[in-house]
Amino acid sequence: MADDVFILGRRCLNALEHFGEAMMLLARIFRAFPMIVRSFRLIFNQMMEIGIRSLPLVFITSVFTGAVTAWQAEYQMKEYVPMIFLGTGVSKAVFIELGPALTALVVAGRVGSSIAAELGTMQVTEQIDALETLAIDPVRFLALPRFVAGLIMLPILVIFADFFAMAGAVVVATQLLSITTATFWEGVKIFFHVLDVMAGLVKAVAFGGIIAFMGCYFGFTTRGGAEGVGKSTIKAVVFSSVLILITDYLIATLLFRV
Amino acid sequence: MIDIVHVKKSFHGVQVLGDVNLRIKRGQATVIIGRSGCGKSVLLKHIIGLLRPDSGEINIDGHDITSFSKRELFELRKRFGMLFQGAALFDSMSVGENVGLGLREHTDLTDVEIAAKVRQRLKEVGLPGIEEKRVAELSGGMKKRVGLARALAMDPDFVLFDEPTTGLDPIMADTINELICALNRKTSETIIVVTHDIVSAYKIGDHIAMLYEGQIIFNGTPEETKHTENPIVRQFITGSSEGPIQAL
Ligand SMILES: Nc1ncnc2c1ncn2[C@@H]1O[C@H](COP(=O)(O)OP(=O)(O)OP(=O)(O)O)[C@@H](O)[C@H]1O
Ligand SMILES: [Mg+2]
Repeated sequence: MADDVFILGRRCLNALEHFGEAMMLLARIFRAFPMIVRSFRLIFNQMMEIGIRSLPLVFITSVFTGAVTAWQAEYQMKEYVPMIFLGTGVSKAVFIELGPALTALVVAGRVGSSIAAELGTMQVTEQIDALETLAIDPVRFLALPRFVAGLIMLPILVIFADFFAMAGAVVVATQLLSITTATFWEGVKIFFHVLDVMAGLVKAVAFGGIIAFMGCYFGFTTRGGAEGVGKSTIKAVVFSSVLILITDYLIATLLFRV
Repeated sequence: MIDIVHVKKSFHGVQVLGDVNLRIKRGQATVIIGRSGCGKSVLLKHIIGLLRPDSGEINIDGHDITSFSKRELFELRKRFGMLFQGAALFDSMSVGENVGLGLREHTDLTDVEIAAKVRQRLKEVGLPGIEEKRVAELSGGMKKRVGLARALAMDPDFVLFDEPTTGLDPIMADTINELICALNRKTSETIIVVTHDIVSAYKIGDHIAMLYEGQIIFNGTPEETKHTENPIVRQFITGSSEGPIQAL
């Protein structure tokens, strides 16, 4: 019994310590922000890596998300709801929720893991130490570009995802569900609010930050060779996915007050 | 001048540095010898501020760096060059980018000027024209030499070499030793070299210091080292399994 309490206590302390360390890294990243101008080339490289190279994955994910949303919506609505509202339902779901959340989750799998693995390998092979000996701050040189690129590229990916998903939905609606293109777009337009799309993009900025930051944090704190790199990679993906879902909820409660 | 005073360091309760005292005068080359795992690499990392001692002082030109802030450390490190035991090259960059990184980040030199300096450094370590190669394409010994070129790129005042000649063929090892001696003679840099190679130690060192059981137990010129009565040092330099040091 006493042992259990002891172990629980130590777990809590550990978690607190991690949280503290993470906050310190975040503070150091923000303090490095004035160096953005000087790090433009590094940021650009990361934007390519995080953004452009994720496009094929985002394309596949969102086309099918849009397609299945249209299909399922039709199944639920037929006989109760006029089909003009199909476009409304699908577009709302995509812009507010599916576009940002699903994009973030698949990008967390692709980019979060690769950041953690890359920085983790650099940590265990002393490359991070080597940067320090060259008087280069690893936070500025490695974390800042990835973080900024995450903030910028996730919303851009989400805009693409929104387009792809709507395209997928239109194809399913018009080709398989015998709804006319005009009816579909009419439905999209009736209740269209710019706020919906903006809310999705605000979420995307937060998700981009979370993905890059978790990758950097678990990368920098990697210990113990190849095994440690593997563990960091898993943690980066798991923690960013969970944080994305929690943040999604929190932002929704803030932006959509009744 | 580097002055290490009563430095202690433990990892997870295991003491690695017990009470290290060592003074290295400006422009001198000191070779640190000692058994594998005795803490030589750890000591080097203390001198450049990658590790902080549990207690004790590390004075560089009269300033105790153990109380330095991150920013002060970065300023100081611009005057340092370090070669890691495992070279620690950036494998996402080409060889040329590795060597030129410090220049690119800390100087206003143009790309052309940086390329010229990089070419010169690589030539000095016997690897002309490999700027475009990826790090993964290099042999172990080539990595070491690229690491050496990177450490020297910024013309540092202090250079720390962790086993610069390990893994090189004897001829290349001697070439690198010559290069290190030349640094010392021409530009009077302060040099610390960790090595297991006694021949290199005699050649490079103004002083040879031996780290044993967490302390510097001997510090003398190569001549003094050759004729020392200290049984531990004698056993080490003659490479004998018989003596006060237990091999196993
Ligand atoms: N970051 C660290 N965490 C925990 N223990 C460490 C760490 N770095 C070094 N050690 C321990 O400190 C001791 C000394 O290591 P060090 O690398 O300095 O040896 P060395 O003298 O350089 O050996 P070699 O000649 O084989 O390179 C070893 O027992 C090692 O396990
Ligand atoms: Mg070592």
